[in-house]
Amino acid sequence: MVGKTLIRIEGVTKRFGQFTAVDDVNLEIEEGEFFALLGPSGCGKTTLLRMLAGLEVPSDGRILIDGEDMAGVPPNKRPVNMVFQSYAVFPHMSVADNVAYGLRMDGVAKAERAERVADALALVKLDGMEDRKPDQLSGGQRQRVALARALVKRPRVLLLDEPLSALDAKLREAMRSELAQIQDKVGVTFVMVTHDQDEALAMATRCAVMNRGLLQQVASPTDLYEYPANRFVADFIGSVNMFEGRLTVDEPDRAVITSSALPVPIYVDHGVTGATGTAVWAAIRPEKIEMLHRPDGGLPPRVAGVPEGHNVVPGRICHIAYLGSETVYDVQVDSGARIKVLRSNVARYEERGFDWEQPVWLAWHPRSPAVLLS
Amino acid sequence: MEEDWKRAKGPFAIIFSPPAFWLFLFFVVPLAIVWAYSFGENVGPTTIEISGTFRHYVRAGDPVYLDIFLKSLWMAALTTLLCLIVGFPVALAITFAPDKAKAWLLLLIMLPFWTNLLIRTYALMAVLRREGYVNSGLGWLAEHLGIAFEPLPLLHNNFAVVLGLVYVNLPFLVLPLYAALDRLDRSLLEASLDLGAGHLRTIREIVVPLALPGILSGLLITFIPALGSYLTPDLLGGPDSQMIANVIERQFKRANDWPFGAALSFILMYLTFIAIAGQAVLAGRRRRMMR
Repeated sequence: MVGKTLIRIEGVTKRFGQFTAVDDVNLEIEEGEFFALLGPSGCGKTTLLRMLAGLEVPSDGRILIDGEDMAGVPPNKRPVNMVFQSYAVFPHMSVADNVAYGLRMDGVAKAERAERVADALALVKLDGMEDRKPDQLSGGQRQRVALARALVKRPRVLLLDEPLSALDAKLREAMRSELAQIQDKVGVTFVMVTHDQDEALAMATRCAVMNRGLLQQVASPTDLYEYPANRFVADFIGSVNMFEGRLTVDEPDRAVITSSALPVPIYVDHGVTGATGTAVWAAIRPEKIEMLHRPDGGLPPRVAGVPEGHNVVPGRICHIAYLGSETVYDVQVDSGARIKVLRSNVARYEERGFDWEQPVWLAWHPRSPAVLLS
Repeated sequence: MEEDWKRAKGPFAIIFSPPAFWLFLFFVVPLAIVWAYSFGENVGPTTIEISGTFRHYVRAGDPVYLDIFLKSLWMAALTTLLCLIVGFPVALAITFAPDKAKAWLLLLIMLPFWTNLLIRTYALMAVLRREGYVNSGLGWLAEHLGIAFEPLPLLHNNFAVVLGLVYVNLPFLVLPLYAALDRLDRSLLEASLDLGAGHLRTIREIVVPLALPGILSGLLITFIPALGSYLTPDLLGGPDSQMIANVIERQFKRANDWPFGAALSFILMYLTFIAIAGQAVLAGRRRRMMR
C-alpha cells in the first residue's frame, strides 16, 4: 500500500428522476487497495460502482481515475473492468473465447492472446476447462471465468458487483480468501460492492458504508466495527445494544450517560466533545458485555476502573439462541429493555451454564461503549 | 407439479375437445377435399372426378408456372430481407427505449394491424399513384426549385409490390425480433462494452448471435405470408408482378380449373413446409452448437 490515490470521486451525485441514488459522495481510493462499498440494498453502492465503470453517468460531480477525468469516457475506453453480479459470461462462447474476448477487442495478437488467456485461467484455477461452454460450468466456475475475463485485460481497477452473493455458503467462504489471495498476487486495485458486512470485513482493507445514497463512514474494518461514526454504521455492522440517553458528566477523561433504559448510568473513560445535556447514544457490542450469576441477596460485582453504581445492571435471561460456536442470550432488565449478550462456547459443556429465567448481572468495561452523537 | 398436470386427463379433454373439433371440421376436412381435388379432373362445369392423376403437378412444372413460383420466392425473400434491414434497428430501438415509451412504440407498430388490409392497400395506392402524394410532393418541390419533373412510375410495378409487402409484413418481423432482443440479459451487453467492445461490435459479437433464434423465427414468420400474398400484388402490381396466389385465384375463378388450382395450392404449402423445416434444422444445429 503505497498510498497513491488512484480513484478520486468528487461530489458525485446520481439522480434517477426524483430519486437520488447517490448523494454528493466524496471518496478517494488508493492504489492496490481492496476497497468495499458496503450498505443495504438500494443504498446507491451499485450505482456508484456502475459510474466507475462508465455504465451510468453522474448527474453531478466528477470521477478521476489515475488523475484523468472520466467524464465522457465510455466504458470500453476506461482502465477498469467489472465482474458482474450475474457474471454475464457469454453463453455462446467457450471459456477460452470468453476470456479472450476483451483482448480480441483490443486487437492483441493471437499468440500473445493465447498466452495471456492461459495465464489468466491458471490464476483462477480453470486450466483444462478452455473448451467448456458456460452451461457446463458450475456457478463458482462461471464466476472464475468472469474474474479471469476481467483480469486478463490488466485493468487499473477491478470492479466486483456482489461477487459472492450467488454462491452457496461453503463456497462463499472459500472464495473470500481466494479473492483476497488473487488480489494480492495481481496487485490490482479491487473495488467491491457488497451488502454482506462479514464479506466486507473479511476481505477489504478499507470499507465505505453507504445509506440512502449518503456516505456514512470510510474506515478500516476494525475501525468500522469498534469505532462506528453513527448509529446507522453501529447497527449495520454486526449487532449492537443501543441506549439512548443524555450526557450528565463530560470531563476530558471521563463521561457519564444516563439512559432511561438502564437503572444505572453508563460510565466511559474518555471525554465526549458534546456539552452536558446533549442527547447521545451508547452502543455496546453483545460480546463486550460480561454476564455473571446473580444469587439472591448478592452484591453487584465491581468493574475495574468504574465508580460504584455504574456499568452493572441486574436482569433475567429471557431467551437463549444457541448458534454452535457461540450463544446469544437476551437479558431483560427491570426497565423492560432487552440486552443481547454473546458468549463463546469455549468448553464443550459449561459447568456454570446459564439457563432460561436465571437472574444475572451484566457488566461492561468503561471502554466498551461507543458514544455516538448522531 | 408437471406430473400432476399430466395425470389430469379430464380437464384437458374438456378444454381441448371444442377447438380440436373445430379445427378438424373447418380446417382438416376442407384441406383434405382440396388435396383430393388436386388429383382429380374436370368432367363438367361443376363436377370433379378424383381420378388419381398427377397431371396437374406435372403441369405446374411448366416454365410459365415455374417462373411464377421462382418469382414469388424471390419477392418474398426480398421482402423478408428488407423487413430485416428496416426491422432490426426498429426492434433494437424499442428494446432500449424507456419503459413508458416502449408500450407506445409497440402500439405504433401494431396500429396498422387494426386497420383493414384492403383499406391500407388503397391508401398506399393513393400515396404512390401518378397523381399521388409522393409525386405531387416531388412535383411541388421541383417547381419551386425550377427543375423539370416527370411523375415517377411508383404504382403497378414490382417496386410497388415489394414496398407494399414490406409495409404489410414489417410488424411480423419487428415483434418476434423485439421479443428476442428484449429477453437478452442486459449485463451481457454491458460486459461486452466493459471489455472494450464498441456498440456496433457488441451488436455483431453478442446481440446477433444470441438473438439468432428469434431472428430466424421472425424471418420465417415474415417469409411465409409474403410468399402467399394475394391482395398486395393484385392491387399494387403490374402485368408482370403477379405472384403464385394470384395464379391460384385465377384457376379457381376465371379459369374454373379447380384441380390445377388445388395442385398449385399444395405445392405452395409444401414450399412453406420446406421453409419451416429449414428453420427447424438451423435452430437445432444452433442448439447443439450452444451445448
